[in-house]
Amino acid sequence: MSATSSDAIIACNGLSKHFGGVRAFTDVAFQARRGEVTAVIGDNGAGKSTLIRCLVGVHVPDAGSIVFDGREHPFSNPDGARKAGIETVHQNLALIDELTVAQNLFLNRELVRRIGPLAFLDRKAMKREARSMLSRLSINVPSINQRVRRLSGGQRQAISICRAVGSGAKLVVMDEPTAALGVQETANVEALIRRLREQSVSVILVSHNFDQVRRLSDQIWVMRAGRMAATVRASETSGNELVALVTGAA
Amino acid sequence: MDNAPAAHSAGVPEESRPSLSALLLDPSFWADWASVVGLVGLVIIFGIAQPVFLSVANLQALLLASAILVVLSIGQTFVVATSGIDLSMAAAVMLGAVILGLVSAGGYGIFIACVLCVLATSALGFLNGLIITVGKIPDFVVTLGTLSAITGLGLILSGGEPTMVGSTFLLKLASGSFGPFGYPVWVAIAAVIVAHIALYHTRFGVHLLATGGQVESAGALGIHTNRVKIAAYTISGFCAGIAAILLVARIGSAEPQINTSLLLNSVAAVVLGGVSLFGGRASILGPAIGALMLTALVNGLTLLSVSAFYQPLAVGAIVVLAALIMRYQK
Repeated sequence: MSATSSDAIIACNGLSKHFGGVRAFTDVAFQARRGEVTAVIGDNGAGKSTLIRCLVGVHVPDAGSIVFDGREHPFSNPDGARKAGIETVHQNLALIDELTVAQNLFLNRELVRRIGPLAFLDRKAMKREARSMLSRLSINVPSINQRVRRLSGGQRQAISICRAVGSGAKLVVMDEPTAALGVQETANVEALIRRLREQSVSVILVSHNFDQVRRLSDQIWVMRAGRMAATVRASETSGNELVALVTGAA
Repeated sequence: MDNAPAAHSAGVPEESRPSLSALLLDPSFWADWASVVGLVGLVIIFGIAQPVFLSVANLQALLLASAILVVLSIGQTFVVATSGIDLSMAAAVMLGAVILGLVSAGGYGIFIACVLCVLATSALGFLNGLIITVGKIPDFVVTLGTLSAITGLGLILSGGEPTMVGSTFLLKLASGSFGPFGYPVWVAIAAVIVAHIALYHTRFGVHLLATGGQVESAGALGIHTNRVKIAAYTISGFCAGIAAILLVARIGSAEPQINTSLLLNSVAAVVLGGVSLFGGRASILGPAIGALMLTALVNGLTLLSVSAFYQPLAVGAIVVLAALIMRYQK
C-alpha cells in the first residue's frame, strides 16, 4: 500500500460491514488514485460488491472511514454520493428504454430555459450537448433521437458510461461493465474505458475477468473472504499471480 | 459550433426524417397514429353513408360533445403514462358535480362552487396517488376502491337526488361560443395545449415517462418517482373536476350517478391514442384524437339510425382492434 493519500480521489481505512451475523468484509483499507483506473477483483462473496456499495453510499459501513476528494464521510446515501461527485454505472444500467439517447443522457439533470417562473426543456441544447458528449468518447449510436430500447447491449453500456462521465463526475464506478456482453461488444466497451483512462477520468472497475483488469487498469486490489488480500500495479503482475492472490494460493 | 464536425466523424448523424414509404411500412407508425387513422376512416365512411355527418352544424355538435371526454382522456393519459390507471375518474366527475351542485344551491356563488369542485377532485386524485405510493398497493386496486368509496360519498352528500344548477355562467359556458367553437371546445383545446407542453417541454414530463418506463432506473437516478406518481393522479383529479364543470353546464343539473361509459371511453381513448398501458410512452394529441374518434363513432351511428345498443359494441370492437395493432407493432 504504497501510494500516499494525497493523490487519492477516494480512500478508506478500517472499513467493516456486517449484515446481521453475516460478515461482508472486515477492516478493509482501499484507495483509488486520481486519474487512474482502479480495479477491484475477487471471488463471488469476497465482499467486493458490498465494498463498492459502501463507496457509493448504498450501504453505510459499520466501522471505518471514507475520505472522498479530501472530505471525510462525505455522504450517507446514493443521492449524496452523486452530489459529491461519484457516478455509478449500475449493473442494470439504469436506462429508460422508451426515452431517447439524448433524454437518457440528461435524465434528472435536464437543461432548461426559464421564462418567468416556468422552466421549459432546452431540447436543442441537450441534443447538441449529447452529440458532443458521445463524440468526445467516440461512441457510435445510430441517432441521439433513437429510443434506447433499440440499441444493442454494448451501446446501452456505452450510453450509461457516457452519462456517468458526462455529468462531470469526479469518480465513475463501474460494476461488471462487460458481464452481459458478447466478444465484439466487450471490446468496444473496453476501448471506451481505455479512452476514459487517456482522458484521466478516475474510474473504479469491478470485474471477474483478470485479463480484462490487467488490460484496463493501473492498480488492482484483490479481495478474499471479506478482507483486502493484496494490491498490485497492473503493469507488474501476471494473470497467474492474480489467480493465486484471489484464491489464496500465493 | 466547433464540435459539429466532430459529431459527424463520430458517426452521430443529424436526425433525418424517414421517407414516407418507410413510415407507412412501419407498424409502430400505425400504432402511434391509430386514432388519427381511425378518425379519418370514420369521417370518410360516415361522410359517404350520411352526408349530414359532414355538415358544419354536426361537426360543431360533435366537437362540443367530445370536449368532456377529451379533458378526461388527458387526465387519464398522465396516469397511464406512469403505468397506472385511474378507475375512479368517472366517480370523481360525479362527486365534483354533486359538490358543485350543493355549493351553488347553498348560495355560495358559482365561482366558489367551481373552485371547490376542482379542489375536491384534485384532492381525491392526490389521495389516490398517496395511497398507491405510500401503501405500495397496485393502482388498479386502489382506484377500484376509491371508485366505490367516492360513489358512496356522492350518494350520501346528495341523498341520491339530482340538484338543479341554474347558473347563467354555466349556461353561457355550455351554449356560448367564440369563433367557430363553443366554449367547452376551447376549454378542451386549452387543456390539450397545456398538457402537451407539460409532457414534452418540462422536466416533469420526462420524469413522468421515466417513472412509467422503468421505475427502478428512474429512482436510481434520483427522480422522486413517488412524487411524480402522486402528481399524475392529482392532474387526473384536476381534469375530472374540469370535466365535472363541463358536465353540469351541459345537462344543467348535478346528477349523483356515474357515467361508466365516460370512464371506459377515457381509457379507450388513451389506448387508441397510442399510449402504452405499461407506461413510459405517451402523447396528448393521440388520446385527444382518440376521444374525438369515439365521439364521432357514436355520433355517426346515431345519424345512421343505428340502435344505441350497438354503440358500446362498436366502441369495444375498435378498442380491442387498436390494442391488437399495438401488440403486433414489434
